[in-house]
Amino acid sequence: MESLMMILIGVLVTVGTYLVLSRNLIRVILGTAVLSHAVHLLILTMGGLKKGAVPLLSQSEGPFTDALPQALILTAIVISFATTAFLLVLAYRTYKTNGSDDLQELRGMSDE
Amino acid sequence: MNNLLVVPLIIPIITAVLLVFLREQIMLQRIISFITMIFISIISFLLLNFVQTDGIIRLDFGGWIPPFGILFVADSFSLLLVLTANVLTTICLLYAFSTIGERHEKMFFYPFVLFLIAGVNGSFLTGDVFNLFVCFEVMLLASYVLVALGGKKRQLRESLKYVIINVVASWMFLIALAFLYGTVKTLNMAHIAQRVAEVGQDPVLTTVAILFLIVFSLKAGLLLFFWLPGSYSVPPTVVQALFAALLTKVGIYALIRTFTLMFPLNQDVTHTIIGVMAGITLIAGCMGALSGRDIYTIATYNVIIGVGFILIGLAVGTESALTGAIYYLIHDMLAKALLFLLVGMMFYVSGESVVKKMSGLIQNYPLFGWIYFLVMLALAGIPPLSGFMGKVLIGQGAIENGSYVLLAIGFASSIIVLYSLLRIFLASFYGETTISYEDRKPIPRGAYVAFVLLALSIVCVGVGAESLAIYVKDAAKTLMNPSIYIDAILKG
Repeated sequence: MESLMMILIGVLVTVGTYLVLSRNLIRVILGTAVLSHAVHLLILTMGGLKKGAVPLLSQSEGPFTDALPQALILTAIVISFATTAFLLVLAYRTYKTNGSDDLQELRGMSDE
Repeated sequence: MNNLLVVPLIIPIITAVLLVFLREQIMLQRIISFITMIFISIISFLLLNFVQTDGIIRLDFGGWIPPFGILFVADSFSLLLVLTANVLTTICLLYAFSTIGERHEKMFFYPFVLFLIAGVNGSFLTGDVFNLFVCFEVMLLASYVLVALGGKKRQLRESLKYVIINVVASWMFLIALAFLYGTVKTLNMAHIAQRVAEVGQDPVLTTVAILFLIVFSLKAGLLLFFWLPGSYSVPPTVVQALFAALLTKVGIYALIRTFTLMFPLNQDVTHTIIGVMAGITLIAGCMGALSGRDIYTIATYNVIIGVGFILIGLAVGTESALTGAIYYLIHDMLAKALLFLLVGMMFYVSGESVVKKMSGLIQNYPLFGWIYFLVMLALAGIPPLSGFMGKVLIGQGAIENGSYVLLAIGFASSIIVLYSLLRIFLASFYGETTISYEDRKPIPRGAYVAFVLLALSIVCVGVGAESLAIYVKDAAKTLMNPSIYIDAILKG
């Protein structure tokens, strides 16, 4: 199961990297979103996939599944949600003011 | 006393939320944010003195005994940085009151400064790596807003790049965390240090360490600083000063903490890489500072030179070098904030940012000119100002360790710093003035107060290096002996 997950993460990172390297602004932002999904899966896999029961002492005797990776992922999802939302708004404003969503055109000259 | 540890994080957040509701009352916003910053500065000073007598203090949130819960840890190193950060933010707020303008103030400028300082303080104080990530993000989100606030064409364009590069860096931070958790099964910094010491730093852990190095280098502007000159030159002056003083320094703090506490074992690999990166950073920064034609470029490349110089201290890694790095870190925060405030004010009074187009500013603004002269000397490391102590100690450490190449590059960079800033002084402050005394734009009084206070603090850190020594020595001792830190967390 872990190997399958790692292959999936690899595919997601590939897709994300491809999108981040493109010139279109929206594709870059979508790329960062895909990358963040990949890393959430990575945290889940690195913590060990489901091995035991729910980590509640009253429910079973053990062994328990490690719940910490899920807490970490939850936090990371919230953060990446906030950043992606902000990034989308910023991209929209940049598009409106600069009149372009092509990163090549948004390079800018150093001496202007 | 332990509960006070959370004050530098929680009070700015609560106040910032409160200030959001006071959008129209600008005067009230100013007063509340200023009082908050003074209050946190006093608390961090008290905590710093408390740590001297009682040793490292920690606060376990929710009563979870380490290594299980999240915790805040305060040793002299983190509290020195918290204190410096808060004091200089207080002074920068004074500058902001008279210069930032109503448009910014109504668009939640003060709440976001408070969120920024909350994230910075949290990053300095946390004792958990994942919590470090969260505090980084609090700080970064506030900085994203501050860099884009104003919405000018160039500003939006540069802030977009700043945000994307930081999103990718945070992504790499998460990857490093995932591998770290998979390898040592803990996220508490002291516990990680203990486990790494038990199993030895094998190649997997060294790879994780290098991933952390890449992440923090991106944030600190160590070698991977390509984003820095663009994004640091677009926001308003006071935001530039805060960024130059705080953001890169948080990255440096994380680097020093990671490589003295968590991964100190495989120094042949990690510290050599840091040394090479610091050397290249210094050379590249010097080239940028020499080739720059406008004041903003020169100032931003001076930030990069500062980063390189501090990390020589970490790369060398002896006790005197780390002591020097801490001294220099404190100095650099204060001096870079002042430098950016001065540069912004030069642009304000002359309307020009190209060095050669300004002339004779010192005749119209004598005090302004002499404060610039003072900060120039401090950055070059002339005694008795604040930069001297750090440079001497880092140099001493490099000699002890036999790192003569880094020593040479580091001290050569001081000359370049002096030259690049002296060029501004000779061209822009000296010479014939182009504006008559009557036609000059007055510098706001609040700005003068901020200049004088920062200049005074630079002189105090320099002259009072001896009284500061007890704190800095204790900080360096804890960095050199991670067992002090580990025992304070895991035993008792």
